[in-house]
Amino acid sequence: MSVTIDDYAGLIPAWCPGCGNFGILSALKKALVDLQLEPHRVLIVSGIGQAGKLPHYIKCNVLNELHGRPVPAAIGAKMANPDLTVIAISGDGDGYGEGGNHWLHALRRNHQITYLVHNNQIYGLTKGQASPTSDRGFVTKTTPYGAAEPINPVLIAVAAGGTFVARSFAGDIDHLAGIIKLAIEHRGFAFVDILQPCVSFNHQNTYAWYRERVYKLETETGYDPTDRLVAFQRAQEWGNRIPIGVIYQRQAPTFEDSLPMLRGEPLAWRKTDPKAIRKLLDEFV
Amino acid sequence: MPKQVNFMIGGEAGQGVQSVGFLLARIFARGGHYVFADQDYESRVRGGHNFYRVRVSETPIETFSSKVDILVALNQESIELHRGELSENGTVICDSSIAAPSIGTRTFSIPLEEIAVRTTGSKLMGNTVALGAALGLVGDEITIAEKVLHEYFGGEVGEQNARAVRAGFEYARGSVSGRIPFTTSLPDRGSRMLLNGNEAIAVGALASGCRFMAAYPMTPVTPIMEYLAAKSKETGVVVFQPEDEIAAINVVIGAAYAGARAMTATSGGGFCLMVEGLSLAGMTETPVVVVLGQRPGPAIGLPTRTEQGELWFAIHAGHGEFPRAVLAPGNADEAFWLTIHAFNLAERYQIPVILMTDHVLATSYFTVNKFDLSRVTIDRGDLFSSKDDSEVAAYRRHKVTASGVSPRAFPLQSEGILVCTDSDEHDEAGHLIEDAETRVAMVRKRMRKFDGLKRDILQPVRYGLESSETLLIGWGSTMGAICEAVDIMLAQGTSVSALHLRQVWPFPVETVAAAIKKSRRVFVVENNATGQLARLIRAETGEGVSGRILRYDGRPFSPSDIVSALAREGQS
Repeated sequence: MSVTIDDYAGLIPAWCPGCGNFGILSALKKALVDLQLEPHRVLIVSGIGQAGKLPHYIKCNVLNELHGRPVPAAIGAKMANPDLTVIAISGDGDGYGEGGNHWLHALRRNHQITYLVHNNQIYGLTKGQASPTSDRGFVTKTTPYGAAEPINPVLIAVAAGGTFVARSFAGDIDHLAGIIKLAIEHRGFAFVDILQPCVSFNHQNTYAWYRERVYKLETETGYDPTDRLVAFQRAQEWGNRIPIGVIYQRQAPTFEDSLPMLRGEPLAWRKTDPKAIRKLLDEFV
Repeated sequence: MPKQVNFMIGGEAGQGVQSVGFLLARIFARGGHYVFADQDYESRVRGGHNFYRVRVSETPIETFSSKVDILVALNQESIELHRGELSENGTVICDSSIAAPSIGTRTFSIPLEEIAVRTTGSKLMGNTVALGAALGLVGDEITIAEKVLHEYFGGEVGEQNARAVRAGFEYARGSVSGRIPFTTSLPDRGSRMLLNGNEAIAVGALASGCRFMAAYPMTPVTPIMEYLAAKSKETGVVVFQPEDEIAAINVVIGAAYAGARAMTATSGGGFCLMVEGLSLAGMTETPVVVVLGQRPGPAIGLPTRTEQGELWFAIHAGHGEFPRAVLAPGNADEAFWLTIHAFNLAERYQIPVILMTDHVLATSYFTVNKFDLSRVTIDRGDLFSSKDDSEVAAYRRHKVTASGVSPRAFPLQSEGILVCTDSDEHDEAGHLIEDAETRVAMVRKRMRKFDGLKRDILQPVRYGLESSETLLIGWGSTMGAICEAVDIMLAQGTSVSALHLRQVWPFPVETVAAAIKKSRRVFVVENNATGQLARLIRAETGEGVSGRILRYDGRPFSPSDIVSALAREGQS
């Protein structure tokens, strides 16, 4: 029995009409269907923000976490049951602000999860404050004198030891679905920064603004995403031209590979061996 | 023959104070004695002044004595600092290179390094020679010690240590007339386990089927994760050290959501960072066990010392209202059993359970009879186990029930099951809602779990007289000192008893209220400055106490502290 888009039908989204999240939702469903993953094999762990609501609008296992904390919970769930396909979802406030530290360490440890960050360069749920990725000088209700220098998520991810660093655009569902598919198939921590227009609060970084600027690395002749120096260069490109696609990828052992006790039956189903406990008690005598 | 002997080993951090103290404790525990060993150390890796007390008794003991019979001084400073604690027949053992103290202190100077070099070829074994000398002064045999040292160090080093301990023993036997007569081994008793609060919790977690532990190192509970990590290969438990305590509790929530019994451990500062996660566990009804090993605050406070300053914090930690349980073991035996109970409560009610210890309980060694594993029960609570397709398709993680507990399922337990939960208020299916009606239904559902929790309260333990004029009430680690204080006062003819609270939330209202009503004078005994238990008693029972015996200098109560404090109260 093949998996279809209908299998992933969730609740009706409460996002604003035209929100970039719709494109991300469609692309995610498409990727899961392309991979023929059944909904019950997938766990989406999300944070708080408009992106955090996504798992309610799709059908799969859901753990909607606190603000900034989806990555740690996703890591824990994956270790408890490695048979699950675990996807963590954040926004730019959730993932780069509140949860920035978790992101940095998950990158370097290379956990076997996928991490999608809906990056609209603004706080949507709280109605229009600056985010860690708002453009420099961007005026919002909380930054009347303009936002400070933004962080560059893909540059940080390459520097932090990421093994899969990609960027895509919510306005290009096919491209995004392709990237999400590659991310899920990657062995290790797959990080995707998703450029996402916010039609209500960000009138600067609009669909048109992105469309004028994004270009696909896949179509660039000679781009080698396994070359870290080249990736560093490309990751710094922002402004008139914004690269999307796999910026950097390398093969490396995952964190889970380093733990022999994660092999075999998932922790979730494993029983205690009383013999082992008796032996431990003997050691105290 | 004396019923008990008190040893103290003093020296700088890095001199081996801990090893000598622990081995001494181990030797007597192996010999069937009751042992209590505690340590006092500074927040540094080298230097400073540390000491380790080992109290050995033929009768049960669960706290230290403020008197020292044998002081093994690894440096001059230890003699100067602790001479005043020596008992009438107390003796100092030290290396001959250390200047003998002034008149009035019996000192046994031994060429420790010289003997070490002569018997093992290395002066590093000087401490072991001192250990042997201590056993020569108070013991009657050395074979148990040799065996323990062989096992502890293993191989050639074990053999060298065994030779060194015998050399020290024989030197002391040959040179000194004024020995303290004591039996190293009580063969009719059998060996006892020697373990500290941290170890009891760690092994209790394993016995109860804990499969996952994530924590960020913090004194005094780091040894819990270190123990579990050391045993991960043989038990299959996964120990994960994330970037911070915020991550730790959320990783644990993720693992518990996916079906693993999971725990974390921290101290007050780390617990502060876990508080929002505790609230998430309450909202998503995810069972987690959090060990809160208190130390003196606020802020960094006294990192290597003890306090009970977080009673109210633990009971109220977290935004919003949700049920929880807070347990407070009083010794290593209770720490083991309450850890198992904590996991069972957490899964039975799908709540966070906080297991409170403090520095003194976490790091002190107790002797206990080997835990009877046949008494261990693992209760994973109400689990959804249907494989029926339509029931699986209709599964709702937060189904409203009379008990407030919804049958729990885990992702992938059966084909097609979906487990949805949310930090937002949610409906039965786990999807976020805004309407008032569902909100009220969900609040009531969660709060109904309190009814069951209250039925499951571990009642306080009464010690001493069934009814008495004076009642002492304590919680957690003060149990040993309070009970011994009761023994001392009972022997003096005082009408006294104690109530030890091993569960502080939900509060055992009726038992405590009844006990207070029956006593003329009631005192709380607490390692804090504000009498948090007294306030909790007032809040929960409406009853006041006559007085508060408090200690907040970062040191544990001794029985005599409590006896003298009560004597002062009597005079006032």
